[in-house]
Amino acid sequence: MQIPGVQGFMYPNEAELQWSVLIVLYPFITGLVAGAFILASLERVFRVEEVKPTYRLALLTALAFLLVAPLPLQLHLGHPERSYEMYLTPHTSSAMAMFGFVYLWYLMVVLLLEIWLDYRKEIVLLSRSSTGFMKLVYRALTLGSQNISEGALAVDERVGYIITIIGIPSAFLLHGYVGFIFGSVKANPWWSSPVMPIVFIFSAMVSGIAAVMLIYMFTAKMRDAKINMPCVDTIARYLFYTFIIDFSLEMLDLLHRIYEADESFKSLDFMVHTKLFLSHIVLQLLIGTLAPLTILGIMQVVQFAEKRRVQLYSIAGLLTMIGIFSMRWNVVIGGQIFSKSFLGYTTYRMGIFDKEGLLPAVILMILPFGILAVLVKLLPPWKTMPRVPAPSLPK
Amino acid sequence: MNSTRREFLTKTTEYILLTGAATVAWEYVLAGKAEASPNYKTTDHWWGMIIDVEKCIGCGNCVRACSVENDVPEGYFRTWVERYFVPDVWDEQEVNPIVDSPDGAINGFPDVKRDRPGKSFFVPKLCNHCADSPCVQVCPVGATFVSPDGVVLVDDTYCLGCRYCVQACPYGCRFINPKTNTANKCTLCYHRITKGLTTACCEACPTAARQLGDLKNPKDPIHEFLRTHNVQVLKPHMATGSKTFYNGLDGSVR
Amino acid sequence: MGNRFKNAGHLVRVALLFAAGCVIFVVARGLFVPKTFGQYGHYRAAALDDIAARTPRFAGREVCETCHSEVADLKKTGAHAKVGCEACHGPLAKHAEDPASLVPKLPDTKVLCVECHEANSAKPVKFPQVVAKDHAGDTACNECHKPHKPGLNGDSK
Repeated sequence: MQIPGVQGFMYPNEAELQWSVLIVLYPFITGLVAGAFILASLERVFRVEEVKPTYRLALLTALAFLLVAPLPLQLHLGHPERSYEMYLTPHTSSAMAMFGFVYLWYLMVVLLLEIWLDYRKEIVLLSRSSTGFMKLVYRALTLGSQNISEGALAVDERVGYIITIIGIPSAFLLHGYVGFIFGSVKANPWWSSPVMPIVFIFSAMVSGIAAVMLIYMFTAKMRDAKINMPCVDTIARYLFYTFIIDFSLEMLDLLHRIYEADESFKSLDFMVHTKLFLSHIVLQLLIGTLAPLTILGIMQVVQFAEKRRVQLYSIAGLLTMIGIFSMRWNVVIGGQIFSKSFLGYTTYRMGIFDKEGLLPAVILMILPFGILAVLVKLLPPWKTMPRVPAPSLPK
Repeated sequence: MNSTRREFLTKTTEYILLTGAATVAWEYVLAGKAEASPNYKTTDHWWGMIIDVEKCIGCGNCVRACSVENDVPEGYFRTWVERYFVPDVWDEQEVNPIVDSPDGAINGFPDVKRDRPGKSFFVPKLCNHCADSPCVQVCPVGATFVSPDGVVLVDDTYCLGCRYCVQACPYGCRFINPKTNTANKCTLCYHRITKGLTTACCEACPTAARQLGDLKNPKDPIHEFLRTHNVQVLKPHMATGSKTFYNGLDGSVR
Repeated sequence: MGNRFKNAGHLVRVALLFAAGCVIFVVARGLFVPKTFGQYGHYRAAALDDIAARTPRFAGREVCETCHSEVADLKKTGAHAKVGCEACHGPLAKHAEDPASLVPKLPDTKVLCVECHEANSAKPVKFPQVVAKDHAGDTACNECHKPHKPGLNGDSK
């Protein structure tokens, strides 16, 4: 009596996947957070002046995605109403439990505080100039302090700098932990690897940088503002370097597996060439890594016109996002479709309308952009407000 | 007194006495919560299981008994039996065993004609109740744990249903109960062993291929068994501290 | 010095907010963590009692023997000595608790016996097994073999 979708032998409880597309989304979203933050820190800490136009946008992007990050987890849990237990009785040997605190630390101490300190002057000014409901919002955000003197702002600058410095290892910790959640599972040879947290960190940086680059160019187009080309060129260059490192790490893992060929190798190799062919070879490797790397690589040596560069960066950025998403998919789903007996495979059936189906996944991917739109209205990251000039009235 | 009346009186007295005896025996068996019962101290026990592969006939009685005893949801398995067919190796190419477990063997195994020579045997599987359990290690909230008497259990009121433990088990013995949305697995019939009974699967096994063992009890037959047989645990390289010992375990078993 | 502190006043407010959060956390811990948590380890100790409180469905052969001693004694002399009563008769804890409440139906040997004894190439060769169709045709197993002492030849098992 063959279970539909199962080929070969699987332990009877293995045929059904435990973690769905929502758990693919989760590392993807937290990766964007970490990556966007690292880009922001390039300016703040490493004084890469060219990327300054994207500093605030990167922070707000990180915040928008970080706020959405817990949602796929909540939808996935059998008992989301018990999730507070992770904070009250965390099991210190569990990477998942400790991650709850890393997330909280990062959200509160790093991201919110840094954004607040950077925007404080505008918040105070807006609390004075706005009216009605917005006035209340801005006043609440000032936390009651109206001090925007030179001295106070200098303090903000200094503290913000320190927070960003703390924030860099925190961002690494944030996404490294997610990698460790998978990498520490000795029962699963597709996941268990010391290099997993590092691969996750670098692929997070790649996706985050690409995301901010795309969002910056897109919002500039929407506002009819000029795209700062030196800024985008610099971001693309950092994207290229980071991607090279990410790709090298993943290749190292792959070569190591092929060479050592342990008990799991034959089964995993077969899986990659058959069940994961589309998502791994085509989407992740060819379309999602080699293509954008080639485009970005050529652009390092060949000078294109500005308009062409924007087009090419957009394509490369989109392909990168596809590639990094596929990587998360291949890790999470790939790790569950082979049997731990190494004798069989199952199939992931993604529903559309159920709690963990395609529709919730799509909504959760769109939601951060909605939140970002609100944040951008609340705390504008660019100097001038986007406004179509009113037609002049006849005198 | 005529014979029928005597018969009737004898039978009735017998019946009353036996009912009384049965009820008393059963009450004694029921006497008890794990700690509240004066008869059961968790610190006196360290539970394990012996599986004798040479004795298993693949009847599936254990799977059926466990299913009834523990209300195991259909399609999920707290215990199951695998059938291995290991083909003879003729050339250097490594050959995988052919393994099946139709519905976890809840209805036994239909015979299969093999097209090449080899050997066949059955391997019952269950939670190994690991002393260094990787599933306990990853639980984020402490919903699954190793009890003081060595049984890995799940607290149904505390489990979040995050499924991390299911991922972390190398033996595939965990699942999520679709009714409670919490992790579920073999409890070594904790509600039975704390009352002096054996597990449902051991009770039902007709060939004593499965035997509950109390490693902390010097008089338990498990010690003699472990001394006189060559036993192994599943996936020893994972160092899980598995307390399910297999006699006659072939190298091809996954 | 005073000036510096004045300029960091807003940071003090942040710190106070954080402190308030910590207080809420501690209070929540006291309120919501189950009382027996941590008693034996990182889990709710009362769970042991909860899990152990389940009522068994199988009585176990020792309980059966208290009433059905003749059958038990007979079985001890035969090939089925090690086979538990409920392995064939099913879960009968209810019957053990109150014999009248559940009167077990005798199993149909045509269906029951083949579960173990139907010939199968994977079964150990020494285990007694037959192709039931060829061995008995339509005859029920217990017409020749008494289940509690299944052997056929005189004092054999």
